[in-house]
Amino acid sequence: MTVALAAVDVQKKIEAKFPGTTSIEKNAILVKAESLLDVMSFLKKSPDLAFDYMTTITAVDYFDYFEVIYLLVSMEKNHGLTIKTRVFDREQPSLPSVISLWHSADYQEREIYDLMGISFKGHPNLKRIVLWPEFKGYPQRRDYLQ
Amino acid sequence: MTMQTEPYVLNVGPVHPSTHGVFRMRVTLDGEVVINVEPVFGYLHRGIEKLAEERTYTGIIPLTDRLDYVASMTNNAAYCMAVEKLAGIEVPERGEYIRVIMSELQRVAAHFISMGSFLNDCGSYFTPFLLMFRERERITDLFEMVCGQRLMYNYIRPGGVSQDLPDEFVPALKTMLEQMKKYIEEHEKLLKENEILIARSRGVGILPKEMAINIGASGPTLRSAGVKWDIRKADPYSVYNRFEFDIPVGEQGDCYDRYRVRMEEVKQSFRIVEQAVKQLPGGPVRAEVPQLIRPPKGETYAHIEAPTGELGFYLVSDGGIAPYRCHIRAPSLMNLTVLRDMMIGWKLQDLIVIFGSFAITMGEVDR
Amino acid sequence: MEVTRPPFIYSDKELDEHEGQVVENLKAASQTPFPDPDKWLVEEAEKQGVFLTTVDAVINWGRSNSIYPAICFPACCAFEFIAAMGPRFDLSRFGMEILRASPRQADLMITAGTLTWKMAPNIRRIYDQMAEPKWVIAMGACAVSGGIFRSSYNVVPGYNRIIPVDVYLPGCPPRPEALIYAIRMLQAKIRKRANIGKD
Repeated sequence: MTVALAAVDVQKKIEAKFPGTTSIEKNAILVKAESLLDVMSFLKKSPDLAFDYMTTITAVDYFDYFEVIYLLVSMEKNHGLTIKTRVFDREQPSLPSVISLWHSADYQEREIYDLMGISFKGHPNLKRIVLWPEFKGYPQRRDYLQ
Repeated sequence: MTMQTEPYVLNVGPVHPSTHGVFRMRVTLDGEVVINVEPVFGYLHRGIEKLAEERTYTGIIPLTDRLDYVASMTNNAAYCMAVEKLAGIEVPERGEYIRVIMSELQRVAAHFISMGSFLNDCGSYFTPFLLMFRERERITDLFEMVCGQRLMYNYIRPGGVSQDLPDEFVPALKTMLEQMKKYIEEHEKLLKENEILIARSRGVGILPKEMAINIGASGPTLRSAGVKWDIRKADPYSVYNRFEFDIPVGEQGDCYDRYRVRMEEVKQSFRIVEQAVKQLPGGPVRAEVPQLIRPPKGETYAHIEAPTGELGFYLVSDGGIAPYRCHIRAPSLMNLTVLRDMMIGWKLQDLIVIFGSFAITMGEVDR
Repeated sequence: MEVTRPPFIYSDKELDEHEGQVVENLKAASQTPFPDPDKWLVEEAEKQGVFLTTVDAVINWGRSNSIYPAICFPACCAFEFIAAMGPRFDLSRFGMEILRASPRQADLMITAGTLTWKMAPNIRRIYDQMAEPKWVIAMGACAVSGGIFRSSYNVVPGYNRIIPVDVYLPGCPPRPEALIYAIRMLQAKIRKRANIGKD
C-alpha cells in the first residue's frame, strides 16, 4: 500500500536543512519558489526519503496566484508526498525547472508553458508543444476568451 | 578516396500507415542511421481539460471515454474513483466486482490491438492484426450486451455502474473464455518463437532500468525493463486485494520483452475474471447518488492501472457543480519522453518497430 | 524559364514558425463552409431526369465498384473503420479491398476523427494530391459538425470548412453497418454521374 507520508514529519526534516522555506497546507508541503530546487534535490537524494519517481506536475489558476503541484513517489520504500509552490506574478510567471532531477518533467513543463504561460528556467527546450508558435494567449487560464 | 556525405531531415509525417494515430517525427538521418529524432504532436489536441471545467461531474464521463479510445472502461473507472474520493461516496460490493470484470476484459481488448499493430509493424502484413480483431469482436459483443455501445461505453458512473448485468451475460462470458484460450494457444504456437519476429525485435530499443524510473514510465513499458511495479499490487484499489494473480516482468527491456509482457498480462487477466465471476455477490450496483454531485471544497488524486500505464486524475473542486480544474496524468505522454534516447544509433526500419512497441494512443498524448 | 524555389529551412525553430504561419492563414481563410457539391444533381433532375449513355453506365459501374480509400485516421472512428475492414463486417465484398497509403492512388477519403486547426493544412494537402474524380465521406459526429468538442479552441467545426464533403455520416462512433450504408449511398451517387460531355 503506498503510504501517503504525513506532511508534518517530512517538513521537520526539510526545515532542519533549509529553515524558513516551507509551510503546511492540508497534508501537502508548500515550498517557496526560490528554494524549490534545493528542497527537491534534498528529497531525492536523502536516503530515508529517496523519491526517485515523479508522477505528475499540475498547474492551477487561482486569480491571485498560480499554484504548481508536484506528486512524488518512492518505489523502493513505497511512500508518496505532495509538494506545492505558488507564483504570484501574472505577466511573466517563472519557476526553476526540475528536469535535472527527474527527466519526466520534460514534456509536462513544456505543456504548462504552452497552456498556462509559466516559464521554467533551466529547461533546455522550452517551446510550445501542442499548439503552434503564433497562437496568441494561454488557453487554460481562467480568463481566456476565444 | 572518401565520399562526401551530408545528413538530411526526413519527415515521418502525421499521416503514415505505421504511426498509430497522428504523430509526427522529424528524423535527421546520415545514410540510414538515425542521428536525431524530434517528436511533434498536438494534432489531436481537443482541449479536454478546458472543456471539463464547463460540464457537470457526470457529464465529463463521455469526454473521458475519448481519451484512450481503445480502452474506455478503464478511463471511466479512473475518473469515477477520483470523484468518489472527493465526494466521499462508497461503492457497493456488486458494483466493485462488475467494475473489475469490465476493466480486465478491457485490458485484454486493448492489448490485442497493441500487439496486433506491433506485429503489423514487424512485417506480418495484416494477418495477426485481423485475427486479433476477430477475437476482440467477441469482447465487444459482451460489452454491447451490457451497455449498448461498441467503443465508447459511458458505463461506469460515480457510485458504481449504470445498470445491472443481463441474465445471459455470465454464460456468454464463460463460453468466450473457452474460445479465447484455444485462440491464444494457436497464436503462441505460430508467433512465440518465430524467427523473423525475434530477428526484428530482440535486442532492439533497449530501455535500461534507471532510465525507465527516471522518466516516469509505467505499465508494460516499465515492467519490461525489470521493475516490478503494478498499481494493482503496490497501491491496491477497488477489490483487487481479493484475487490471486502474478505480475509478468521482462528481463532486457527490448521490444520483444514488451510484446511478451503484454501477452502474459492477457493470461493473468483471464485468471482474475474467472475468480471474479465465481465470487460475484448480489445486491445493488450503484450507491444513492444525487443527480448533480456537489463535492465539498478540496482536491484529490486517484490512479489506476490502465492498459498503457498509470492513468490518474487530479481534481480540484470549489463546491460547485463543475470541477475547478481537472488534470489528466496521461501514461502514453510519460512513456514517450524517452523516445529520442532510445532511437539514436539505430536504422530507419528499427525506428518503426521501436515506436510500435510503445503502443501509445494519440488521444491520450494530446488530450 | 526561371524556376524560383523557396529557400531550404533546416532549424527546428524556423520550421515550427513556418508551419504555424500556414495554420494561421488557413484558419483565417476557412470561416464559412464549402458549398455542397451536389447542386448539379438537383438541376439535372429539374430538367427531364438524368439521361446517361451506355458508355457512361459502364464507366460508372466500374468506378463505383472499385473504390480505393485513402488513409486519414486522426481519432476514435478509425477503429470502427478498421473493424469494418475486418473479417466480420467485410468491406472487400463491396470492392474496397485495399487501403492505399499513397493519396495519388486513392479515390475516396473517409475522414475518421476530429479535425484540429493544427492538422488542417495536412488534410488539405492530402485532398489536393488525390487525382480526380475523388469523393469524401465525413464519418462521425466530429467530422460532420465538430461533435462533442465543438466549443473547444483547437477544433474545426466540421470538415466542410476545409474540403467539400459528399456524404455525411452521423454517429459517435457510427457502427460498421452504418459505414457500409454510407458507402452504398455514395455508390448510388456515383452511378448518376454523366462523364462524356462533362468538363
